[in-house]
Amino acid sequence: MSDIAERVKKIVAEHLGVEPEKVTESASFIDDLGADSLDTVELVMAFEEAFNCEIPDDAAETILTVGDAIKFLEKNAA
Amino acid sequence: MRRVVVTGLGMVTPLACGVEPTWRRLLAGESGVKTISHFEVSDLACKIAANIPRGDGSDGTYNPDQWMEPKEQRKVDEFIVFAMAAATQALDDAGWHPTSYEDQITSGVLIGSGIGGIEGIADASLLLKDRGPRRISPFFIPGRLINLAGGYVSIAHGLKGPNHAVVTACSTGAHAIGDAGRLIALGDADVMVAGGTESPINRLAIAGFAACKALCTAFNEDPTHASRPYDKDRDGFVMGEGAGVVVLEELEHAKARGAKIYAELVGYGLSGDAFHITAPSMDGDGAYRCMSAALKRAGMTADDVDYINAHGTSTMADEIELKAVERLLGNAAAKTAMSSTKSSIGHLLGAAGSVEAIFSILAIRDQIAPATLNLDNPSVETPIDLVPLTPKPRKIDAVLSNSFGFGGTNASLVFRRYAA
Repeated sequence: MSDIAERVKKIVAEHLGVEPEKVTESASFIDDLGADSLDTVELVMAFEEAFNCEIPDDAAETILTVGDAIKFLEKNAA
Repeated sequence: MRRVVVTGLGMVTPLACGVEPTWRRLLAGESGVKTISHFEVSDLACKIAANIPRGDGSDGTYNPDQWMEPKEQRKVDEFIVFAMAAATQALDDAGWHPTSYEDQITSGVLIGSGIGGIEGIADASLLLKDRGPRRISPFFIPGRLINLAGGYVSIAHGLKGPNHAVVTACSTGAHAIGDAGRLIALGDADVMVAGGTESPINRLAIAGFAACKALCTAFNEDPTHASRPYDKDRDGFVMGEGAGVVVLEELEHAKARGAKIYAELVGYGLSGDAFHITAPSMDGDGAYRCMSAALKRAGMTADDVDYINAHGTSTMADEIELKAVERLLGNAAAKTAMSSTKSSIGHLLGAAGSVEAIFSILAIRDQIAPATLNLDNPSVETPIDLVPLTPKPRKIDAVLSNSFGFGGTNASLVFRRYAA
């Protein structure tokens, strides 16, 4: 597992208050991890903060699962 | 109009988390006022406050994790968590956990706050200045709004009836209970979870109230003696934090389910001073009229009142309230007790009226008037028993609880021992 994947999973587990083992790459923030739409906005902000990058709104809308976030950040994180 | 009774109590105060531990410590003469230790006070005129005792939840300490999940706490200012704690206690005490749709839509919530999430607003303002708008959380707004205390409580407990909030500064808690009682009396709800909550102990609020010259500054080295209503050495109020919430219920609804009835809410009066933004009208006319209106609504005379829980903030306004009460009581003054429990817990602003309403209800239950601590040398003579220093066992069948707020907003509640 990449360093980015590990950090993403840690952020997701902390922000959503879920067990780390539930945070798999296929897990959907809303359907599997109990997030609501405001939680997902805050998660994206947390990724921006941690990876020192900007995630535009149209890109943020495509980040629906843990794997989506990892893929985006592996491509775009500084 | 339908009759309204109190069937559940809940509170978090500077003395303890929970009604019974708070009441025990109040009657034992304990003070919740301490030196502020969780933020810098060296440049503040007031360095003391009445903080809630935080801990693991044992021995009357407040452990927020017992009342709200940590991931939710992160999104809100503390006044919302305090309200969750007090409301959950009150509903548990009342044994009212509506699960059917019919029960849920007739159960509502009316919880107010004087200033809501002032600390979160202050923090977010700095973040906006330093880092820009993209760093403002989506939870910034919902975690600061005053009616979100009631919002969170309604979601947690399935209360789908009237969902309302009051914002009347230091009269908030009393207005919330009074207004909620009317919603039940008029048939808009059968059960209302009502009260006030406040989390104002931060640098910004202390600086603001100090600028109004409202806070005590002469007792920074002697915090437990700082809040001294009616005493000649008083020099301002001591800020407190916490929440008080009651469950109000339509009488027949309470009887039908065999609920324990603490007291009946029989009177509620409101008035405005139309005088000054922070000072009460010097003639005490606003206070007099709201107390009179509450008694009239109760169908009682001043002669029927055994105990008054005063607004009594330990400021110049104490004597104005005292004069208004003397005018109200007339010849009954000499047989009436009046105390300010702010001498023990400080001034909980928007939560004061509801916490003090609960103390008034417990005074009926236990037939004891709580004391006015630190009242060593009254600044004026009065025929009224101000219950100095130690609580006084006495007959208490009817109580009046006063709250007066910035803006000249006044509220009085009257509770009476329940009798069929």
